[in-house]
Amino acid sequence: MTIDQISVFMENRPGSLAEVTALLGGAGIDLRALSIADTENFGILRLIVSEPQRALEVLRAAEYVGSVTPVLAVPLADAPGSLAEVLRVLAEADISLEYLYAFITRQAGHAYVVLRVPDNARAAAVLAAGGIATACHEEIFA
Amino acid sequence: MSYFQPEMEQAPRAVMRDLQSARLAETVRHVYAHVPYYRRLMDERGLTPADIRSVDDLPKLPFLTKDDLREAYPYGLLAVPLAEAVRIQSTSGTTGRRVVAFYTQQDIDLWDECCARAIVAAGGGKEDVVHVCYGYGLFTGGPGLNGGSHKVGSLTLPMSSGNTERQIQFMVDLGATILCCTPSYAAFLAETIIEKGLRDKISLKAGIFGAEAWSEEMRRDIEQKLGLKAYDIYGLTEISGPGVSFECAEQTGMHVNEDHFLVECIDPDTGKVLPEGERGEVVFSSISKKAFPLLRYRTRDICVLSRRPCSCGRTLIKMSKPMGRTDDMLIIRGVNVFPSQIETVLLNNGFPPNYQIIVDRVNFTDNFEVQVEMTPEMFSDTVKGIAAKEDDLLNSLKSMLGISPKVTLAAPRSIARSEGKAVRVIDRRKI
Ligand SMILES: [Zn+2]
Repeated sequence: MTIDQISVFMENRPGSLAEVTALLGGAGIDLRALSIADTENFGILRLIVSEPQRALEVLRAAEYVGSVTPVLAVPLADAPGSLAEVLRVLAEADISLEYLYAFITRQAGHAYVVLRVPDNARAAAVLAAGGIATACHEEIFA
Repeated sequence: MSYFQPEMEQAPRAVMRDLQSARLAETVRHVYAHVPYYRRLMDERGLTPADIRSVDDLPKLPFLTKDDLREAYPYGLLAVPLAEAVRIQSTSGTTGRRVVAFYTQQDIDLWDECCARAIVAAGGGKEDVVHVCYGYGLFTGGPGLNGGSHKVGSLTLPMSSGNTERQIQFMVDLGATILCCTPSYAAFLAETIIEKGLRDKISLKAGIFGAEAWSEEMRRDIEQKLGLKAYDIYGLTEISGPGVSFECAEQTGMHVNEDHFLVECIDPDTGKVLPEGERGEVVFSSISKKAFPLLRYRTRDICVLSRRPCSCGRTLIKMSKPMGRTDDMLIIRGVNVFPSQIETVLLNNGFPPNYQIIVDRVNFTDNFEVQVEMTPEMFSDTVKGIAAKEDDLLNSLKSMLGISPKVTLAAPRSIARSEGKAVRVIDRRKI
């Protein structure tokens, strides 16, 4: 099971993050998670939002470049070592990670980790075999 | 195949030579009699008008440069009484004194005819709707193509530059068939038309684009986006304006209207006339004009001339698209860099031809940065993905230029696009 993440190209200039969040807020789009990958020259903003397709349209209308990428969201139990367990299962199956970031939801005690892997279907199957579930969009925005 | 003035455009070489020789001799007599500046130049060299009898005598005359024209500002080179001059045009010079060129009514008619030849060569006729969004006013682009379109008998839309919304609305509503503007504005119009979903609503079949450097890749890009055939046109205010030379359907160089303008190609360092086919600075002499005839004017444009027969049937000599300007050429870390080379690399790598070159000098070393705009095609959600594209671009730039710039990816449509000439180079070096 995958969820849709949107990624947006960011110039390294002050205020651009504020502009993106304001645009989405103004369009009534709910923001659940946000992560920035920074390089010397540019940034990539990654977002988990309530309506990914519409969010992308809003941003494109404001001359942003971005895309929708399916990623895995894994619920983490509020216990020590739960993320390490997820990573161990993936590593044992030789699955490399492009990037990951975590976020929490309003449901008490619930955290998720977003995983970007080369092959979502294979990674989800490997996780399932290790007893680890992957969340759907509705679960995260429940 | 049609021509506006076939007797000139297809004249046998010998006929053209005789005409050129007669007009050159007449022009030399005219300026010697009426312009003290020329009389002094010739006297200094012991030349009299009788020494210039044919085109073979042309190299006896000294060159004129832009500095000479600035020196002569405003009236120093006017060759007719004010009573006969009816118009000025001027260059967009940003530094120092401007260059002002004068026209008699006959000069304007000849200039308009040169532009009419270009429009007909691009397939234009009486039934066409010619949309002119070169600037009007002091700039020669608008008035030149406007006049040419009148001579052809096309319906002329004198749009001038700016107000893109209105440009597109007129283009759609009036069914414009031929677009005349700078290539960078054509590219901008193309993008905007596609964004607005109006690609199916335009009827353009040809574009006549000039007044700035552009590459073959940019031509193909505009042709594909607007569904037209793009023709290059060349000119300079000093010599008349657009229409000094123009492209035919073969798209392999621009035919010089050599019944009015003699062209030479010289070594920019020595001033020596180069044989046909060698790359050098083009030099023009206007031999039909009355108010402001220039003899051996150095353009600073680097071109190649060719007399190979052309499939269009014109016998007029062809000049290549300028490969650079002696004064646009940047010397960065001791290497010659032409902005057009960077444009070529960008288009080959899938980037839009919108870029800015920024050169600065820090600690006695040149910092050389090329800014390009991110596009949806180039974007990736991973840093690795974008960095790979960036590396490809950097490597291509390095192999084209011989030196390595810093590449900066900018947000889409963030690099300023002027509606006239695009600002491609920002040189902050204080040397
Ligand atoms: Zn031809």
